[in-house]
Formats: sequence, C-alpha cells, structure tokens
Amino acid sequence: MTELTNQTIAQALEGLKKKQFSAKELTEAHIKVMEETRHLNAYITETPEQALEAAQESDKKITAGDMRPLEGIPIGMKDLFCTKGVRTTAASKILGNFVPQYESTVSGKMLADGAVILGKTNLDEFAMGSSNTTSAFGNVISPWKRSDGSNADLVPGGSSGGSSAAVSARSCMAATGTDTGGSIRQPAAFCGIAGIKPTYGRCSRWGVIAFASSLDQPGIFARDVKDCAIVLKSMSGHDPKDSTSANKPVPEFAAALTGNVKGLKVGIPKEYNVEGMPAEITAIWQKGMDWLKTGGAEIVDISLPHTKYALPTYYIIAPAECSSNLARYDGVRYGLRVDGENLNDMYGKSRAAGFGNEVTRRILIGTYVLSSGYYDAYYIKAQKLRRLIYEDFINAYQKCDVILTPTAPSAAFAIGENDDDPLKMYLNDVFTVPASLAGIPGMSVPAGLDAQGLPLGLQILGRHWDEETVFRVSDFIETAAAFDAVPQMVKKAA
Amino acid sequence: MSIDKEIVRKVAGLARLSLSESDLERFTPQVAGIVKWVEMLGEVNTENVAPLANVVNVDLKLRPDIISDGGYQDKILANAPESMEGFFVVPKVVE
Repeated sequence: MTELTNQTIAQALEGLKKKQFSAKELTEAHIKVMEETRHLNAYITETPEQALEAAQESDKKITAGDMRPLEGIPIGMKDLFCTKGVRTTAASKILGNFVPQYESTVSGKMLADGAVILGKTNLDEFAMGSSNTTSAFGNVISPWKRSDGSNADLVPGGSSGGSSAAVSARSCMAATGTDTGGSIRQPAAFCGIAGIKPTYGRCSRWGVIAFASSLDQPGIFARDVKDCAIVLKSMSGHDPKDSTSANKPVPEFAAALTGNVKGLKVGIPKEYNVEGMPAEITAIWQKGMDWLKTGGAEIVDISLPHTKYALPTYYIIAPAECSSNLARYDGVRYGLRVDGENLNDMYGKSRAAGFGNEVTRRILIGTYVLSSGYYDAYYIKAQKLRRLIYEDFINAYQKCDVILTPTAPSAAFAIGENDDDPLKMYLNDVFTVPASLAGIPGMSVPAGLDAQGLPLGLQILGRHWDEETVFRVSDFIETAAAFDAVPQMVKKAA
Repeated sequence: MSIDKEIVRKVAGLARLSLSESDLERFTPQVAGIVKWVEMLGEVNTENVAPLANVVNVDLKLRPDIISDGGYQDKILANAPESMEGFFVVPKVVE
C-alpha cells in the first residue's frame, strides 16, 4: 500500500483516471497511515467513515467518466474550518463539542470538487502559536527526528502543525492551513513540504473560525508545488459571504509552472540578513540565489526598511483583532459554559476556564491596546506602521518580480525549547509576518537539510494577486534543490 | 507607562476573564514585557501616514436589504449549552 501514499496528487489523479487503483483503495491506504501515526497527534478528529463514503462516490464518478478536479484525493482539514456535522474545535476547550450546522466555503468547494476529508487536523489554540504546543488537544509531534540519535520530539511548526505533520507523515496527500503571520509557511519549512499562503482575499474566510480578520487567509500544504497549485485552484474564488474576498478570476495556477525563470528579477532584502542567523540558513539562502541565477534570473538587492517593526506591529494588530473576535465566546450560544452567580460571573468563569494561556495572554494584550486612552497610541500607531511596511513591498516590486528569503530563522526546535519566553517564540515568524501585514502571497519550499538532517525552507513572496509567479519560481527552486528527503519513519514504513 | 497587576486585573475585567490571583501574577510580567517591546514603534515618525486597515483595497459592496437566509431556529440552538422553547437560557439578569 505504500506506493499509494508515496505519490503526488497529480500522479494519483492520473492513476485514478487510468483505473490503476480505486479512490477507495487510495483512501484506505491513507487511513491506515493515519491510524499508524496516531502518536504524532496530527488529527483531533478522524472521520474514516465519511471518507470511505466519499471515496465510493468518487469511484462512481470515475467509472462514469465524470471526474472532478480533486476526485478521490484524501486530504486533512485544519480544525479551524467549520465542517457540517463534524465537530470543530479550533483546538480550544471553549468550543467544547461544537458541531457546525454549516460548511465553510473553502471546505465546501473542496468537497464539491471531489476531495475526500480524512479528518480535522490539530493546530495551536485558535491558530495562535508557532509550534503547535498550545492546543487543548495536546502537542503535535513532527515526524522528523534529528540525526544525532537524541530522539527528542520536535515541533512541526505552527499554527497549522497537524496539517504539516500529516502531509509529511503521508497520512494525507494535502491539508488545508490558515496563515495569519506565518502559520502555513513556517510549518511547511519545518516539515520539509510545500505550503502557500495566497494573497489576502483569494480564499474565502467564511466558516473559518476567526483569529485576526485583516490577516487570516486560508492556504494549502502538499508534497510539492504543483500539488499546491492544483488544490489552491479549487479553494480560491469570490464569496459574497466574505466581504473581503476578492471578485477576481482564478487563474489555472498549475499552468504557471513552466520551469522557466529567465529574465525574472528576484529581490534579496538586506534587512532579512538578521543578526545571529545560523550559517546554514544563510548558506541555503545563497544556494537559492545561485540556482535562480543559473536559470537566468537576475538577483537584485532591495531594501524593506521597516522590516524590524513588522513583529511589534503584528503583535498589536493580531491581539487587538483576536480580543475582538473572541468576545463571541460567552457560554451562551455555543461552547463551554461554567455556571456563575450572575451573567457576568458566568461569562468570566466560562472564558477563564475555556481559553488556554497563549490565547488569554493575547486577549489581555489586545484588550489593553484597544482600551480607552491607549487606542491611538497602540492600535492606530500599528496601523500606520502597517502602511509603511505595505509600501516597502510596493516600492520593492518596482525593482523586482519576486522576493526570496529564508522561511524561518532556524530549523524545527524541540518541544518545550522556546516555551519559557513568548517573545522568543514570536521571533520564529520574523520572515513571514511582514508579508502577512502586506497581504501579499508567499510560499515555502523545502531547499535542503541542516547538519542534523532537518529540513530548511526558502520563502518566495510575490506581488498582490500574482500567485502564478510565486508558483513558477517555487517550482523552479524545488526542481533545482531536488529535495527528496523524507522523515525516517516514512522511510521505515516504505 | 509600565503595566502592573492592577492594570492587568482591570483589563481582565474588561475582557470578561475571571483570572485568579496566581494567574494575574503570572500574566502581568508577560503582558508588561510584550507591551514594552511593541512600544519601539514610537521611534518611527508616522505623522503624515494614514492608518492601513484593508490591504487589498476591496470596496465593500452594497446589497439589497432583503432576507435571503434563515428560518432554522433548531440549527441556531443546536450547540447552545442551555435552551428552552426556542430561546437561549442565561442566568437571571433582571431582579
């Protein structure tokens, strides 16, 4: 069965079409891996029965010669997307046993295109975190191990850590994520897979449990760039139910993978050469430049002068929006309720019992920066900085077509390693947050391994709505890097 | 302004979070540290910069004010911790 779980979506669609295997067999093979890799805690809720039903439906469609774009492809759904009739938790106690009565737009589009949902993947609570260690359903463990034999459990990155771990461990072929400050790109880099956050507004946020609405954007993880392109096509498009979803045509993303980067201008922002960056990260960044140069691209030095203010800007805007969005959890309409002496007491007790540490901390910060007398000094100030950061990118794209950076300042760290200091944890997102604030598309592709055998990713950023160039360059780097490493546990299973 | 426990207590009240004394002790230095860190934005002159709220310049569309959805009280109440005769139930508010 290993062959079935060791192929790309493009290959699987071809195999299904040629009836080399059935959708049921493909789904069963992935369910088997999902069961065998439960120790990774990548899934909060498994839905094998629904998956098998959907797979049988797919087989009927295939027999009838009526294949849809994702027919029979087993995927994981981040447990932040509401799924009709299937418990949706946001990895928080406060949602209790919330069962949505509706389907999120993105998951609905994927189902309509024939995708088979294997289950709901684990995440940091309300997508707040960079290591998937804030989930009320326990840590996700990366399928990767350091090669020094230490056997320490590593983080899969966050917040979409269940999705990145599942794709990497071969328990699904692709998995959805959401990216607010790097929650797709950083876990993709940590787990040695591809992941894209499209332009803000490309995918509908309707039915995605909100964290920071001006930043949240759905996206996808898969084994390679082409698979991401295939699945993103299905997820994208205008939705009147999300007022910030763009009414723009969705290109055939996979057609953009021409393998040709000749004449493209690739910007290298000098501000991303941060102090104390490991030599291995600098080296892989240089390799990326060399590959592109060999392919005929032109390397251009650029400056994004407000880069160092991106993280503090983000840590005002994101908590402010979080405190406002999470006000809805009041123990009245859904989720956890802890009884109190009166209404206010019930609110306070329910919320204190339902939210974990990181979420509570961000609600406190957000409430403070939005409170009377501080609103202008913090929130408006941050929105002004956000404009400067946004304009940095607009100016840079006068000189270049895409920007190349490392995805994260380190490889995956061990669980617990950065827990003592929230600020230290926030630094993980130093290269991904600026693009989130600007709303531009960004992709991470695996580019090599560090000395301990852990994957390192390169990030490709593009202009607003230009995912096609991002895909083209990412695909070129993927081919040049010839990254074929897989976690030891996947090798063993094969 | 540096943040102390009393400020965090007040903010927790605004956010309807019933935190214990030990929670307040734990969160105060963390919140104070993060707020102090974000204050570095003060060094940037933003006098003539307009705040940015929407990155993709999407105009909010008007739509006809007609009912296009609804009529499923049972679904709305399906996840309620407590409901009765088509209503959400909360602790007594008016004496």
